Amino acid sequence: MFSFIVRRLVSGVVVLGIVSAIVFGIFFILPADPARLSCGKTCTEELAQKIRHTMELDIPLTSQYGRFIKGIFVGRTYLPGSEAELQCAAPCLGYSYQTDQPVTALLKDRLPATASIAFGASILWLLIGLSSGVVSALRRGTWIDKFSQGAALGAASLQIYFVGLILQFIFVNKLNWLPTPGYSSPWHYPLDWAKQMALPWITLAFLLSAIYSRLTRAGMIEVMSEDYVRTARAKGLDSRTINLKHVLRGAITPIVTVFGLDLGGLLGGAVITEYVFNVPGLGKLSTDAVANLDLPVITGTVIFSAFFIITANIIVDLLYATLDPKVRLK
Amino acid sequence: MSNFLEVKDLSVRFNTEDGVVQAVDKLSFSLEKGKTLGIVGESGSGKSVTSLAIMGLHKGSRAEVTGQILVEGQDVNAMSEAQVRKLRGKSMAMIFQDALAALHPYYTVGNQIAEAYQVHNKVSKNEAKKRAIEMLDRVGIPEPQKRVNDYPHQFSGGMRQRAMIAMALSCNPSLLIADEPTTALDVTVQAQILELLRDLQKEFGTAIILITHDLGVVAETADDILLMYAGKAIEYGTVRDVLQKPQHPYGWGLLTSIPRLTGDPDKKLLAIPGAPPSLISVPSGCAFNPRCTYVSQVGAACSSSIPDLLPVSAGAHHLVRCHLDVKTREDIFKNQVAPNL
Amino acid sequence: MSTILKVEGLTKHFPGNKNGLFGKRDVVQAVDGVSFEIAAGEAVGLVGESGCGKSTTGRLITRLLEPTAGKIEFEGQDITHLSNAQMRPIRSDLQMIFQDPYASLNPRHTVGTIVGTPFKIAGKEPAGGTKKRVQELLEIVGLNPEHYNRYPHEFSGGQRQRIGIARALALRPKLIVADEPVSALDVSIQAQVINLMKDLQKEFGLAFVFIAHDLAVVRHFAQRVAVMYLGNLVEIADRDTLYTNPKHPYTKALLSAVPEADPDAVGARERIRLTGDVPNPINPPSGCRFRTRCWKAQEVCATTPPQLLQVGKSNVACHFPEN
Repeated sequence: MFSFIVRRLVSGVVVLGIVSAIVFGIFFILPADPARLSCGKTCTEELAQKIRHTMELDIPLTSQYGRFIKGIFVGRTYLPGSEAELQCAAPCLGYSYQTDQPVTALLKDRLPATASIAFGASILWLLIGLSSGVVSALRRGTWIDKFSQGAALGAASLQIYFVGLILQFIFVNKLNWLPTPGYSSPWHYPLDWAKQMALPWITLAFLLSAIYSRLTRAGMIEVMSEDYVRTARAKGLDSRTINLKHVLRGAITPIVTVFGLDLGGLLGGAVITEYVFNVPGLGKLSTDAVANLDLPVITGTVIFSAFFIITANIIVDLLYATLDPKVRLK
Repeated sequence: MSNFLEVKDLSVRFNTEDGVVQAVDKLSFSLEKGKTLGIVGESGSGKSVTSLAIMGLHKGSRAEVTGQILVEGQDVNAMSEAQVRKLRGKSMAMIFQDALAALHPYYTVGNQIAEAYQVHNKVSKNEAKKRAIEMLDRVGIPEPQKRVNDYPHQFSGGMRQRAMIAMALSCNPSLLIADEPTTALDVTVQAQILELLRDLQKEFGTAIILITHDLGVVAETADDILLMYAGKAIEYGTVRDVLQKPQHPYGWGLLTSIPRLTGDPDKKLLAIPGAPPSLISVPSGCAFNPRCTYVSQVGAACSSSIPDLLPVSAGAHHLVRCHLDVKTREDIFKNQVAPNL
Repeated sequence: MSTILKVEGLTKHFPGNKNGLFGKRDVVQAVDGVSFEIAAGEAVGLVGESGCGKSTTGRLITRLLEPTAGKIEFEGQDITHLSNAQMRPIRSDLQMIFQDPYASLNPRHTVGTIVGTPFKIAGKEPAGGTKKRVQELLEIVGLNPEHYNRYPHEFSGGQRQRIGIARALALRPKLIVADEPVSALDVSIQAQVINLMKDLQKEFGLAFVFIAHDLAVVRHFAQRVAVMYLGNLVEIADRDTLYTNPKHPYTKALLSAVPEADPDAVGARERIRLTGDVPNPINPPSGCRFRTRCWKAQEVCATTPPQLLQVGKSNVACHFPEN
């Protein structure tokens, strides 16, 4: 088990390294000049040169990458010893072209909003998806099943921006039940935080619970025909115990792994949801950065979300080993 | 000894998209405590469907089960699911062919045995675990206190089957149904398991229904045999009667066609032509008639009317379902079958 | 009688799981040092229980697997390490029949295509055309040649197995390796297929390696029988000698475990009950691999692996063979 974890961590770090190298390198293949992008509209060649120097863009590419990576671990000092010396604390991801703020600070600032959306929505979609999937599987073929699967399919085919805007129109503009979506700290006014998050949560859960409902239903139906469920019946167990302890347990493993991956992906930024509801999260940060070609921020958000996805993958692998004893012994 | 189990006119029917499948047709038999009944048949014979019906496991499915299944006088078929559930695991238990598929892969063996015990006994988790270790020991698993925490896939095939037996017997049921328990096992392991079942039967007086296609297995373990073909009982009697003095052409065919360790190996095996019928299109009249060599001795009746299950001779307990009259049958047996057995 | 197949020291090890981050990888010693010969036209049975290596041996002989060590000679030619392309012309003479009649036929091909494929692969069009020859083959195995265009799912298990046999016969092979050819069939069908194979073996003078776990079935087919245990060949003798006078303790135990369809035979035979399970092929016992379950085991059995030596009319690998 220990070697399993170690191998996973090592391969995770390697993947992250490769991702960072690719992201880093891409900017120098783009037909855009980083220095000019940084200096903005009123740019002269002289100014661009100066920026090129202060941002250490004039040293060889591999050295730039080396310093970039080093910066993540121990911090980075641009042009040490000169008057333009700039200290960037670890983990250093550079400075935004738009705002000159350190990217790391931006990410830290935006993370809570994204995390709020991700965790809140995930609990919601898991509860709704699992329970509706279980009910559908147990009431297979009845109108409950057909209705819930039909609704799930319908929900899954609607787009987030469509659902989000309609819900906002109904609940915020017309009925005034909810305030305008946004983000405020949950530690100060938890109720306000929840009310503001409600629409992003519901919108995301709308789509994803449909998927989980179908997954759960299919998994349960498959497990119900397994021999060990027949054995459980032959032992005299009641339906509830059989369905929850035996059937659901047998079906849950793939669902948990998909859940981990979905959550990991969302933590990198629920792009469309944040955009639709104007929530200042990582998703919005990255879409704005792309629109403005703010390369350091783009690099930062890509690496940051890659980190979450890779971590989620590792956790999911470990969870899988916990849930499925057969995997553990490898 | 009164009959612990009495099955009267049991029929199981499935309405499928391809047609009606009469999986079991008016089956009747009985079993005393401490005795073993071997139900023998090939694919499509209905033997497994019968065993599930006895446990009431068709309730809630699309199967139509008619007839009486009297377990100590109570009719399982007439009971509700809730009532049968009280009997399952407690008065009657079942073990299956593929122990790896029949045990939950994500719970330890000890957990599953303890669960079987706790369903019918209000005891603490610790006590149930103790019972599980006790049962594992009883079925001959070495180091039971260690193995109780292992998962099914960590056991070998034979040990897994023992664990399943331990689970089935944890509440000391009076009836054990063993559905092809050794078919998937090596022959040396099979011998161990059959010996275990015999020992446990001697110790606890359990009635056993052993379902198999292997005539050797049934010869070793059963007191009585019920031979099934296409959902019907076609021969029923003591194991000596049915295996040494068979009276049905199917039984004759089986016994002369199986390879044995004794007899002349160079002599050609007398194979039964054709194949067991699919239950969707069972031949009319006697289901075996397309494969039967002796139809000519009877005539048109074989394909037009289903013979009744009758004693082989006046007052005998040995029953057979065949149109051949007593004299012709005995002649054929004496002259053609017995020399080849 | 010329030797058609000679196997010397045949060994196959499979890589298993790794033990921890820095530990060694387990090695599954599936087949270890197996040697035997088969004469042209001879039917040899290879019996043993699960994990003994008989199926692996079958696959090694037909070169579906490559041996880790040892030598395989087919008709005098060393085929041990030939590539697939080099094996192709030899495969016309060396064919295989598989256990599962449901899995060994491509469900998307018609029977005609299945039985005709060997001709395509070998690049040899039979005289009179492929279709004619295929229909001949279908008839030889007892199937209706008119069913040339049917699909496997339209046939029963026994019939599918016959199709597999027809396919194996297509190129007129000299040796057929049959891996548990009747185990998956109903009891009343097994005799039909055994009879068929026996007739074909005699009619075409085929050499056969009949791999099975069922000793009674092998007895009705083979002229010589080899017994395997945990990757080793423990006894090999002609049929009658093996069944009436087994010399290896394992063979004796194996024979005594087979249930007879006669209730009176139950008390009559000497019952030998082996204790425990077959040991792990990853870590087989030292010396004689059967010693952990043998009632005769002595110290020498743990230190020295027994060689296959002649005892009476049998070849036995045991320090204390029965007689």
